[in-house]
Amino acid sequence: MTDNVDQPWNLRESYTYDRNVIAEIRRAANTGIYRIRGWGAKRELPTLDDLVVLGASMSRYPLEGYREACGTDVVIGANTAEQPVHLDIPITIAGMSFGSLSANAKESLGRGANAVGTSTTTGDGGMTPEERTHSSKLVYQYLPSRYGMNPDDLRKADAIEVVVGQGAKPGGGGMLMGQKINERVASMRTLPQGIDQRSACRHPDWTGPDDLAIKILELREITNHRVPIYIKVGAARPYYDTALSVKAGADAVVVDGMQGGTAATQDVFIEHVGIPTIAAIPEAVRALQDLEAHREVKLIAAGGIRSGADVAKAIALGADAVSIGTAALIAIGDNDPALEAEYNKLGTSAGYWEDFQAGNDPAGITTQDPALASRLDPEIGGRRLANYLRVLSVEAQTIARACGKSHVTNLEPEDLAALTVEAAAMAKVPLAGTSWIPGVSSS
Amino acid sequence: MTETILDLSVASLRDVNRALHAGTSGSFRVTNPRGAHAVAAGIESDIEVHIDGSVGYYCAGMHQRGTVRVDGNASTGLAENIMSGTVHITGSATMSAGATGNGGLVVIEGNSGSRCGISMKGVDIVVGGNVGHMSAFMGQAGNLVVLGDAGADLGDSLYEANLFVRGKVESLGADCIEKEMRTEHLETIARLLDAAGMDADPASFTRYGSARKLYNFHVDDIDAELAGSQSSREGKV
Repeated sequence: MTDNVDQPWNLRESYTYDRNVIAEIRRAANTGIYRIRGWGAKRELPTLDDLVVLGASMSRYPLEGYREACGTDVVIGANTAEQPVHLDIPITIAGMSFGSLSANAKESLGRGANAVGTSTTTGDGGMTPEERTHSSKLVYQYLPSRYGMNPDDLRKADAIEVVVGQGAKPGGGGMLMGQKINERVASMRTLPQGIDQRSACRHPDWTGPDDLAIKILELREITNHRVPIYIKVGAARPYYDTALSVKAGADAVVVDGMQGGTAATQDVFIEHVGIPTIAAIPEAVRALQDLEAHREVKLIAAGGIRSGADVAKAIALGADAVSIGTAALIAIGDNDPALEAEYNKLGTSAGYWEDFQAGNDPAGITTQDPALASRLDPEIGGRRLANYLRVLSVEAQTIARACGKSHVTNLEPEDLAALTVEAAAMAKVPLAGTSWIPGVSSS
Repeated sequence: MTETILDLSVASLRDVNRALHAGTSGSFRVTNPRGAHAVAAGIESDIEVHIDGSVGYYCAGMHQRGTVRVDGNASTGLAENIMSGTVHITGSATMSAGATGNGGLVVIEGNSGSRCGISMKGVDIVVGGNVGHMSAFMGQAGNLVVLGDAGADLGDSLYEANLFVRGKVESLGADCIEKEMRTEHLETIARLLDAAGMDADPASFTRYGSARKLYNFHVDDIDAELAGSQSSREGKV
């Protein structure tokens, strides 16, 4: 091999203008439209991996793994709803619409959640009869667009989630590209077929927390106070959003960090708007504690939850449960390496594919193409999701037992340490090996 | 026919709405509403509800069947997301009257504030007076008939709803244009005026609708053009 001393300089990549940046500038110049894609933030962000769990030792007794009980159940709306939501595991399936997902994907989510006693959630576009059938615990999203919203479905729901925002795009509305607005989707949303749907980002009939309190009163009156009501916010100012949600009368607050996924959103939104989940949870908890509502008004954390360790750490920071979306889609088959040839045809590779908006999902999940959708067997998808949820739950229990907790929600910030100064400051737990919490303690 | 009296100065809102939800037929009169919120929300049977006085937010919200008549004014979200049936008020409504309504008829004898008929999805709304700014914003389907004037940005980002205004329009919103009034539109106006108990010449209205230029993102795919092939997205647009 001939040494070419000039080559490293010839191929020196700019940090500021790396290949991704150059590609995006060229793409923007070519098309005149911002990039729209699915998935969630792809850049490096502080995550729950930046925390570690302090297992029991001399000063704490662990519980025996497999033998001693460690509860995982969560009850939402115990004090307000005639029929509270009882979850067997602290992991729920986030809102994803029929339209953004195929009917088989929705059925897979329902089957998987049913098998482990947890809930699924509708999305922007209403409730299909199939998803009501396939989900024994179904949360009905109440969104700014009100696409497909009707009081019959509202009354069929096991809970109502008023969506103020989502982690992938706090301050932005829903989006569904024309390729996925087929006849049925268009009919459910009262929209012309094939349009690029750009949902409203503000609710049409309330404008602030005082109004929202009245809106929640109306929702409770229409459902005869039967079911709990959640409020979902994208993580931006979680202290105030959580406090105002409590003030408005929510039974649960869903705080979705910026790693949260989306079916279709502007890339600039996904990567640059909102704050990471690790930073959002402690602020939401602080609001609940200031209002003496912690563990009464439930906190559901979302955005980049992938493992039982993430579940345990989120709960230790003060959440009551978590919600997963992207990970659930991966569990049922998204980015399956067995479909590598199909991904290659789309100019990508298994593990990288993110174009949920395009409607050409080789795995049959984020599509309305009948041929593609038929590739996903909902029974198998459901089993895969159930398996995954069981692993998350058992992993979270494993960590909780190691910390001596007889219920996962007994985990607490004291069980955590941070690996980076940033994570310590955001999560408000000490830097590992120290008692220093930046911004809180002085030593 | 006997009329059931529900007095909100004595009974709680919950008790009143529970009684209305339990009713399957007949007539109910709600007295002393005193601006209460969510009065007669969620009616789903063929009953007649008469409210003596003004109401707060979300009166007759998500109305599905029967008739709600308010002798007075209404605050935000009158008959929001109405599915069918009729909601009729003798006074004025503040913002977001008939918001996201899927069907049925909303009649406002007085004026309506901002965002009247916002995101309407099939409801018919007749306003005897004026409507405020951003009315019929993102209206998807249905008809808004305004006997008076319309405020700024009427029909912004409109889909397929039809807007008929007899008076002045301060300004049209993005993608909303004046459109030809055809025979079927005159018939629609006449039918809705009749249903609302109002009298006006259908020919005195102007019709507004969507220019449909915001329906799809417009992409200038230069690479595809250079390659001599039209992009699939341009073809679709």
